[in-house]
Formats: sequence, structure tokens, C-alpha cells
Amino acid sequence: MLRLEKLVKTYKTGDQALKAVDLEVPEGQVLALIGPSGAGKSTLIRCINRLVEPTSGKVCLGDVDLTGLSSGHLRRERRRMGMIFQEYALVERLSVMENVLSGRLGYVGFWRSFLRRYPQSDVDEAFRLLDRVGLAHMADKRADELSGGQRQRVGICRALIQNPALLLVDEPTASLDPKTSRQIMRLICELCKERGLAAIINIHDVALAQMFVQRVIGLRLGAVEFDGPPEGLTPDVLTSIYGEEDWEATIAPVDEDDTLEAAQ
Amino acid sequence: MSEVDTLIGKTWRKPSFIKRRWLRWALILGALAYLVAAYMTIDVNWVRVYEGLERGKKFVLAFTSPDFTSRSSDIYDGMLESIIMTIAASVVGIAISIPIALGAARNIAPLPVYLICRGIIAVSRALQEIIVAILLVAIFGFGPLAGFLTLSFATIGFLSKLLAEDIESMDKVQAEAIKASGAKWTQWINYGVQPQVMPRLIGLSIYRLDINFRESAILGLVGAGGIGATLNTAFDRYEYDTAAAILMLIILIVMALEYLSGVIRARVQ
Repeated sequence: MLRLEKLVKTYKTGDQALKAVDLEVPEGQVLALIGPSGAGKSTLIRCINRLVEPTSGKVCLGDVDLTGLSSGHLRRERRRMGMIFQEYALVERLSVMENVLSGRLGYVGFWRSFLRRYPQSDVDEAFRLLDRVGLAHMADKRADELSGGQRQRVGICRALIQNPALLLVDEPTASLDPKTSRQIMRLICELCKERGLAAIINIHDVALAQMFVQRVIGLRLGAVEFDGPPEGLTPDVLTSIYGEEDWEATIAPVDEDDTLEAAQ
Repeated sequence: MSEVDTLIGKTWRKPSFIKRRWLRWALILGALAYLVAAYMTIDVNWVRVYEGLERGKKFVLAFTSPDFTSRSSDIYDGMLESIIMTIAASVVGIAISIPIALGAARNIAPLPVYLICRGIIAVSRALQEIIVAILLVAIFGFGPLAGFLTLSFATIGFLSKLLAEDIESMDKVQAEAIKASGAKWTQWINYGVQPQVMPRLIGLSIYRLDINFRESAILGLVGAGGIGATLNTAFDRYEYDTAAAILMLIILIVMALEYLSGVIRARVQ
């Protein structure tokens, strides 16, 4: 459903953030993107919806090549890609409801959005989503009154109300406590399953990724170093992605057994 | 012996901004010498100052007996003209400033638009109000029209520059999130940028209203209408008590605006 072909991003400073990345994500697959800071994870997902302009290569969503699109067509395609951000990226001075409805901006005209007169179906859907994440009673609160976990839930609603086919998720748990992190990851994965969405999740926390996803991509210096199931993340693989370190405590216990078996 | 042992027991001082000792002292002494020399060139005529003290005293004493009544209709007309001029100029100036501010913010405007808008701001800021007023009085004749245009023009430079700076320092990610939803440019501004800069825009607008009112009192001196014209006449006639009354009214209005802006700014945070 999503296909990256030889995707390259070279920044003006000469840094090559992505070196000919090839990747194919089938319908409904949730995958985690891991790798050290600066490996190009954030650049990769921003190149998909062209918040960062790729230098060369192709990004195909379904049959559409996103890299060649004019700005008008790009806007239309962006509606099919919901994005969830590190540090939530809610517009802090807008209400929860306005933030959720802003996910519909690609569908409604300027005056409707300016006057906050959204179609009833959009408003209903917004309430349904807020209720699904347990925040329906917060609709008219300002976004900056919410706690971190609540804000990220609103961020999830904003992405989902776009009715996307793909979620791009950038470090969703970076500033959350361990419990809230798990809840948010669980929520994202559940919602993906309910709606049959594919998702690419950038994540630092390897154990958390292993807990929830079906496939892990390890990125190192802008190139794919590992591509496989979460069980495949052995200490050797993590060393090849991140560098030398004692990995035994990082990996989920189940996988340690696997590693031992593999070693024998 | 490790490196730290050579450091233990030595006194530590913050490294000086200018490393070369002789250069540092030369700059300090040079600046002091210049300052002394500069003050020595100011030529004070103490006899004239002594004579002037008497006039100054009369002026200050007039504040103890301000005369609101004998020129009350002139004061009323002048005040009204100033207020109308101020409000009209502020509204027009702010309305023009907003698009220029958007164009002058490097993070949202393309380079050519940016340069044009920055150019407009530079021109507006380079020309002091009085100079603009003299020019406009020459074109449009005496009266509040020249004052209104002057203040509108000055508002553009002030508000566009400060608003543009606020837009440039906004949180990029919030705006990015709106863009990622497939929003049009206008929607992006309305949802991603406007909420972030609104408190600053409101605060600056009220502050500018305040400045415009004070400026309107000055512009009268060059014939651009308003309370300044009344004040100028009072001075010309040595009617210090009337002048005092006018000045007190100006102070009162400025203080009221100051208070109002404090209340409003606290509410829009």
C-alpha cells in the first residue's frame, strides 16, 4: 500500500539523512522504526507526507506517486495520511474540539473552517472519537489544560478524523511516563486494527516496540539495517543498529530465550 | 601526574570577554576619555538657565491651577479630533499591518514577498512621524486628515515588524501538524499560526493605540490637527494653565489606556 523506492534525502548542509531507502508496507501493517538519534527516522516519515521534501526517489501511496504531485494534489493525498507527533503538536490555544476538527481541514472550505461551522457528520465523528479515547467531556477545554497523555489522545483523534489509510507516528511516547506510554501505544495499535490502518511508528523504546508491533525496521545512518519480526531483535542486531552496549536488559524477556536458543 | 592535579589549588576566574589584557584596558580607558571629552563640549549658558528657571517655575505651578473652563470648547473639540484620529488610524494601520507582517515573516513568506514587506517596514520605520506629518501637511493641508494618514503609516512599521518577529518565533511543530492534515494555506494560517500570535497581536494593537494617542498630541505642533493644535495655541498665548489642563487630560487618557491594556492582555493569555 505504501512503497518507498530509493528514497534519498540530503539536507542543504550536505548531511545525507536517508540513503536510498527501500520499504514496502502492506495494508493494515503496523511497523516500528527504531534507530539511534540522527538515524533519519523523523526525516523518513516526514518525507512520506512531504513535510520534508525528499531529494530523490519515489514515495507511492496506493497507485499515486507522492513525490511528483503539485501542491493542490499533495494536499488531497495528505488527507489519507494521519500524523501523530512527538510532544503532541496540538495547537495549544485552540480547544480540544477545534484541534480534533482541524483534522478535517483538508475536506472543508476556508469559510466553514474559519467560522467553525463544520458539517454535522464531522462533529458527530469528532465526538465519537473523543469518546473512544475517553475525552468526550473535555471537548471544550483548551488543549494546554490537558495532561500529556490526554493531549496525545487528542492528537490521535485529530489524525483519525482525517479518515486516513496510513498513520505516520513520530515518537508518540517520547515525553510520557512508562504507564501512559504503554496505554498510548496500545490505543494506537488497537485503533489501527479496528480500522485496518497501516502505521509507521518511530520509537526509541525498543521493548515497547517489541510489545506491540508486527514488524520492526532498524535504521542506522539513513539506511535500513534490520527488517524483520520483533523477535528477531537479538543483542547482535541491536549492536549493529545502535552500537556496542549490553542489550540483555533492554529486550523483552521472551526474546532473551529466543536468543539463547539461537545461540545454541 | 594527571591533568586535574595541576589545576587543584589554583585560583579560578571567569575568562574575560576580551582576552588581550592591553586591548581590554585600552578600550576601557579610551571609552572613559571619550565620555569626558564629550561632556566637556556641551556648552551650558548658566545665566540663561537661571532666567529660564523662572519660566519653568510658572509652567510647573500652572499645574496647581489648571484651567479647564475658559477654553473648554477648544479642548473638547481638540480632544475629540485626537481620539477620532487615533482610533481611525489604529484600525486602518493594524488592518494593513497584518498582511504585511505575514509577508515579512521569513518562515511563511517566499523570499521576494519577504523582501518587499521588509522594505515597506524599513521605510515606515525610517521616517519619523513628525517628518511624515510635515510632508503630508504640505500635500493635504492643515487638519486631521494629515494626522490620520501619518499615524496609519507609522502604525504599519511598528506593528508589522513586531508581529512578524512573533510569527517567526512561533512553534513550528503546531503549524506543521495543521499542514499535515491537508489544510489550504489560508486554513493553515487561521489554525496553525493565528492562535499562536493572537495574544501578541492584541497586546501590540492596544499598545499602538496608546502610542498613537500620544503622537496625536505632538502632530498638532506641525499642523496635523488634534489636541496638539490646541496645546500649541495655548503655549503660543502663554496660557500655561490651559496647557496644564490639556496635558493632564492627556496623561489621564494615557493612564486609562495603560490600565485597559493591562486588563485585556491578562485576559487573552
